[in-house]
Amino acid sequence: MNLTMSESEPALLLRLYRELVRLRVVEERIAELYPEQDMRCPVHLSIGQEAVPVGVCAHLGPADYALSGHRSHGHYLAKGGDLRAMLAEIYGRATGCSRGKGGSMHLVDLEAGFLGATPIVGSTIPIAVGAALGAAMRGEPRLSVAFFGEGATEEGVFHESLNFATLKRLPVLFVCENNLYSVYSPLEVRQPPGRSVRDLAAGHGLATASGDGNDVLAVYRLAGEAIARIRRGEGPALLEFATYRWREHCGPNYDNQLGYRTEAEFRQWQARCPLSRARAALEAAGVSAAELEAAELAPRAEVDAAVAYAKASPYPNAADLASDLYAAAAPAPNPELPPHSWPAP
Amino acid sequence: MARPLTYSQALNEALALALERDPAVYLMGLGVPDPKGIFGTTLGLAQRFGAARVFDMPCSENAMTGVAIGSALAGLRPVMTHQRIDFALLAVEQIVNQAAKWHYMFGGRMRVPLVIRMLIGRGWGQGPQHAQCLHAWFAHVPGLKVVLPATPSDAKGLLLASVADNNPIVFLEHRWLHNVSGDVPEGYYTVPLGRARVARPGKDVTLVATSYMTLEALRAAELLAPLAIEAEVIDLRTISPLDTATIVQSVRRTGRLVVADLGTRSFGIGGEIVARVAETDPTLLKSPPARVSPPDLPTPTSPVLANLYYPRAIHLVAAVRRQLGLPTDPADLTPAPTARLDVPDPSFAGPF
Repeated sequence: MNLTMSESEPALLLRLYRELVRLRVVEERIAELYPEQDMRCPVHLSIGQEAVPVGVCAHLGPADYALSGHRSHGHYLAKGGDLRAMLAEIYGRATGCSRGKGGSMHLVDLEAGFLGATPIVGSTIPIAVGAALGAAMRGEPRLSVAFFGEGATEEGVFHESLNFATLKRLPVLFVCENNLYSVYSPLEVRQPPGRSVRDLAAGHGLATASGDGNDVLAVYRLAGEAIARIRRGEGPALLEFATYRWREHCGPNYDNQLGYRTEAEFRQWQARCPLSRARAALEAAGVSAAELEAAELAPRAEVDAAVAYAKASPYPNAADLASDLYAAAAPAPNPELPPHSWPAP
Repeated sequence: MARPLTYSQALNEALALALERDPAVYLMGLGVPDPKGIFGTTLGLAQRFGAARVFDMPCSENAMTGVAIGSALAGLRPVMTHQRIDFALLAVEQIVNQAAKWHYMFGGRMRVPLVIRMLIGRGWGQGPQHAQCLHAWFAHVPGLKVVLPATPSDAKGLLLASVADNNPIVFLEHRWLHNVSGDVPEGYYTVPLGRARVARPGKDVTLVATSYMTLEALRAAELLAPLAIEAEVIDLRTISPLDTATIVQSVRRTGRLVVADLGTRSFGIGGEIVARVAETDPTLLKSPPARVSPPDLPTPTSPVLANLYYPRAIHLVAAVRRQLGLPTDPADLTPAPTARLDVPDPSFAGPF
C-alpha cells in the first residue's frame, strides 16, 4: 500500500483505516478460532498495536526489506505478506509461508520483501542491518526496517546493531513498539525511569523521533520523514512509538485478571484504540457511515477465504521432515527476491 | 603445478581467489585488515580488493554475525573471522538460532552462505579462554557444516569449497597449523566437504584424527612403524557432515580404533565416532576403542600444567600398545617439568 502526500488527508486516512481494520479482523479471527486447538503453535497477537505496522509500511515497497520478532503478524501483513500463506503456516500446512516448518513465529514472504521474523528477542535487528549492508554493497536503493519491542532494546545486540548501522550510515529504519511489558514484566523493573528508547538511539548517533503509536497518521508522518531522510542517504533512524498490547502475551485471551497490570490502565489504552480514533477522525472529516461500514466489512470475505484455504490445505508429508536442512549448491543470489526499484513516488 | 606454501599462505591465496571470482564475497572480522592480518591469512587483501570488501568490525561479535546473515540473505557471501573460537561464543545466538536454522525454518526459501573462520588451539599460555577446541558443539547443531583442515592444500581447497557452499560453515584453523608447509596446487580448486582423507595407509590400527591431531597421529604412525605396527591415519577434514564410510571401511580392515581430537574428552568427536562404528557392526572391533583427548578440564596456562593437559603422539602410541596388549610405562607419558612443549616450532615465540 503506497500512499502519497498529494492525497487529501481523509482519503489517506481512509486507506490507512482499511489496513488497520484488515489487521484487526485477521487477528480477531485467529483469536476466535484458536480454541479449536487446530492452530498448534503459539500466537502473539498485536491487537491494539496495528497503527505502527500500518503507518510505517505505507511508505515501503516490495523491494524494501523488513524483519520482525515474535509478534509479527501485523508487520508481515502490512508489508504485503500473503494472508493465505500466513494462516496456512499457523495451521501447520505444507502451503504455509514456511511450509509448516516455522509457524506463527517464523513468517516470511520474499515477494513482499518480508525477509523473516524470528522469536529470539532482538535477534532480527542485526539481520535487518545486514540486509541493508547487502543492499548498499550491491548498489541497490533498498531500505531495511527492523520491527521490535522495547524489550529488545535491553539486549546487547540492539546496541551493537545501532552502532554498526550508524558507523556505516546504512539505510535502516529501527522501529520500536514500546508496549510497556515484556510478557508480564513491566518496563519499570527493566529500564531506569526518565530514559527513553529514543534517548538510547540518540546516544548511538541515530536520527530519532517518538510519537503516539496508536495514532496512525502520527505514525505515518514520522515514518515518512524518517524514511525520506534514510532514502536521501543520511543514515539510519529510530522511531519509538508508545502503544499497548490488549491480549495476553501469547494466546487469544485477555489476561488482566492475572494482576500484572491494572484494569484501569488497560481501559485507558483501550480508549485510545487506533481503529476507533481513525474512525472518529474520518467521521469528523465527513466520510459517510456507509463508507466506513463498507471498509469494516471488506476484509471479512478475504479472511474467510484464507481460513478455508488454510484448513483445506494438506499437511507436510513425512519426507518434508528432513528436507531443507542444507541448501543445495545453487549459485546465489536468492532468485526469489524481487528486482529492486523505488516505490512509486 | 603445486608448490610449497604454509597453511596461512594457502588460506591467503584461497581468500584472494574467492574475492577475485565472485564480487558477492567479502571478508570481515576484528583485525582482518590489520598489519598482522590474522596470522598472515588476510595480509594484502584489503589493499588488493579495497576497504569495501575487506574490513574490520566493531567488537560486536553477535550483531556482526547477524549482519553477515542479513547480507547473505541480500545476496552476498560473507567470510567472517574470529581470532579465537572463544570470542565467537559471543555470537552463538546468531550462529545457532539464526544462521543454522534459517534455511530449514523458512521452508527452504532462503539460503545463508556464510563462512565463519574461528581459530582454535594452544600455545604460549593461551589458557582457559584463548585455547578452547569447541568444534564438537557446532557439529551438534543441525544446519551447520564444520570443517577442520589439517594440511595447506586442504586448507585452500576446503576454504574455497566453504565459500562456494550455500550454507553456514564453521571453519576451524588450529593455531599450530598456520606455519606448517606443504605442496599446494596453484589456481582455483575445491576439496569436497564431508569427505575424510586417508593420510597414511595401514592395516593394523585406525587412527582417526581432526585438525592438528592429524600431525600427531602421523608422528604416532612413524613411532609405531619400527614395532611392525602399521597404523592407518584418517584425517576427518569435516566433522559435519561426517564421513562415516571411510572410517568404517578402515576399521573393517584393522579391527582397532583410536580417535585423536583436541576437544575435551566427554561428549566429543571420539564418542561419536566410536558410537557410529559400534552401531554399524559391533563385531568390527578386536579390542576396546580409545579416545585420545585432553581431560575434562579447562585449559591451564602454566607451561608445566599445559604439558600435562595436551595429548601428543606418544599418547596415541600408548593407546595402540594397550589395544595390542603390549606393555606401556606411564612414566613415558609424563613430560619433564622443564620440557618446552608449548610451541610447535622455534618461530612460534612470545608474547604472541
